[in-house]
Amino acid sequence: MSDLAVTVQGLGKRYRIGGPQEDYRTLRDALAAVARKPIMRIRHPGAVTSRVVDLWALRDVSFDVPESQVLGIVGRNGAGKSTLLKVLSRITEPTEGRATINGRVGSLLEVGTGFHPELTGRENIQLNGAILGMTRAEIMRKFDEIVDFSEIERFLDTPVKRYSSGMYVRLAFAVAAHFEPEILVVDEVLSVGDAAFQKKCLGKMENVAGEGRTVLFVSHNMPAVRGLCSHAIQIEGGRVVNQGTAGEVVDEYLKVQASTAAAVAWPEGEGPGDEEVRLAGMSLLNSEGEPSGSVTNGRPFVVRMEVDVARVASALCIGFDLTSADGAVVLRSYQTDGPEETWPQLKVGRNTLECEVPAQLLNDGRYLVLPRISLHRVRWIVQGDAAISFEVHRDTISSPYALMPRPGTIAPVFRWTADGSSSATTGE
Amino acid sequence: MKLSTSVADQDPTKGDRQAAQRSLTTTVIEPKRGWAALRLGELWPYRELLFFLTWRDIKVRYKQAVLGVAWAVLAPLMTMVVFTVVFSRWLGVEVPAQYGVPYAVFSFVGLLPWTLFASSLQRASSSLVGSSSLLTKVYFPRLIIPMAGVLGALPDFFISFLVLCGLMAYYHVVPTWNAVWLPAFVLLALATSLAFGLWLSALNVLYRDVGYIIPFLIQMWMYLSPVAYPIENVQGPLRVLYGLNPMAGVIQGFRWALLGGHPPDLLVAAAIGLVAVLLVTGFFYFKRMERTFADVV
Repeated sequence: MSDLAVTVQGLGKRYRIGGPQEDYRTLRDALAAVARKPIMRIRHPGAVTSRVVDLWALRDVSFDVPESQVLGIVGRNGAGKSTLLKVLSRITEPTEGRATINGRVGSLLEVGTGFHPELTGRENIQLNGAILGMTRAEIMRKFDEIVDFSEIERFLDTPVKRYSSGMYVRLAFAVAAHFEPEILVVDEVLSVGDAAFQKKCLGKMENVAGEGRTVLFVSHNMPAVRGLCSHAIQIEGGRVVNQGTAGEVVDEYLKVQASTAAAVAWPEGEGPGDEEVRLAGMSLLNSEGEPSGSVTNGRPFVVRMEVDVARVASALCIGFDLTSADGAVVLRSYQTDGPEETWPQLKVGRNTLECEVPAQLLNDGRYLVLPRISLHRVRWIVQGDAAISFEVHRDTISSPYALMPRPGTIAPVFRWTADGSSSATTGE
Repeated sequence: MKLSTSVADQDPTKGDRQAAQRSLTTTVIEPKRGWAALRLGELWPYRELLFFLTWRDIKVRYKQAVLGVAWAVLAPLMTMVVFTVVFSRWLGVEVPAQYGVPYAVFSFVGLLPWTLFASSLQRASSSLVGSSSLLTKVYFPRLIIPMAGVLGALPDFFISFLVLCGLMAYYHVVPTWNAVWLPAFVLLALATSLAFGLWLSALNVLYRDVGYIIPFLIQMWMYLSPVAYPIENVQGPLRVLYGLNPMAGVIQGFRWALLGGHPPDLLVAAAIGLVAVLLVTGFFYFKRMERTFADVV
């Protein structure tokens, strides 16, 4: 047998926008269309059925994954990563090309799939296991481990509708993680659960990779991709634009991300977001209030977000992640971080939100700003891609000894004292 | 994590098992054109999933209801009472002498297979739309979903059957030896609902109108089946057409097997042929639509 776990050749997936699937959702439309067709043909003999737009979510995708390789898949939102995983896990059929898969594919796409709120934890473990493709014997063998891992022992016989969301996710992940397919597909699950649990999940991933199983890992978390994967591919616009070792691909990806401008304005309706909330633009302003891609550590600067809001919801959280150039998150900030009375009022229409980042915070280096918008505890509206990037220079250093570049992501200046007093107060 | 390795070490068969599975499962994913091969054999490894999905439907149904399993007893009993009042008392429907039972038992025997059919058809038809979260997230043969819908109606049937046994004992009705044919009629009822369920569930994904049509369809179908009246009352030129209704055969079969009277006439063979055609074409249609379910649902 070949030692390739996955072979993908010229894979493509087309979605029809505005085509039959979209138009004839009711029987009446379908019948009307059938009735209209001959008439249309007579009236407009040359007319092709118009308005059908082909959208290729994947095109000409080819790559091989040798057995027991951990392959990272990176790319911007909407690049086609998730579609690729859906095709590989046979949820949807490709339009062209083929993929050959040796072994069972299990995916962490479907954490909690088939969970029923009325059923108890025990029942859901059995059901979810069966849905993922485990045999009953396998589920029985893994049962105790799953319960252990999810830490829900005391609530095994409680319907999961009474679980906290944390318990629910833990249980769901535990079942998925204990399914042992030859090929594991992981998509961004690491963003669920609390920090301790995320750590556990990463540990499980490392474990799986260490056992010599084949893993396809889709993530925006570049340090994780670099750390867990040996190889990686980058997908943009449905095509593979780069492949190689994880380090190379991640470096290249980040270089492109980091070359994003210091200001971005999206055309009407094309920014990230949905019908209710959409980003119109993002920019960085230096301490003089001018758009700039380069700021100094000694002065504060401002991140400005222009947001179009169609409906004001109190749970709307608008903010950003500030990451270093290698993708590690330095901080996250939302307009709702302070006490409620200090939150900026949002209105229907264009809102210009400004967030002041204090002086003496960031070290020298290049930073990315990733917009994030969510309805608190309901759903993510925007997350994932860097919108703007900028550089920080420490050029206003007051001490003669601190001129050399420093390690670390942040570079605050702290107050020091000796014997309970600083030089300023002990002066002559 | 420590646990997982230790368990793996203790299981000496694990390596062999994985090796065996590896050689078994090479999957080729490519677009299938036209009318895809049925590959019903693919269903076999998923038989446990079929069981679990059926079991989930049943469990959830009884968990959410205050009266729980009692509904399976009450619903047909109450329908029987209403039928008896309306059809027997007010409309004067009479039970032919050869059955030798009061109208209540007569209608209950008809209601039994009818309820099985109606609820399994209802379940199967709405099954795909109701499982959209499964369709978009995990792969398994989609046929499992309407099949689980059909099977989910069986427990209620068995409970009602026990009620019927009680009723028959109460009225001192002794079933005939023909009762050995009952499983065949149950099978025909299930095959009929699966045949229609396959078509309707796939159509329902594409056109949500189907969801509105189904209750209406089931209601019409009941009037066109000998549930509340004896099949002997159906006369005239349309009788042949009426006989093509597989449920006419099933219900008549039930009455014949349990109470006596005439066995279903030869038209039931034509009805079985009809069901077979619908079932096979239904499988093919379902398979053809299957590949777009996740994109459309």
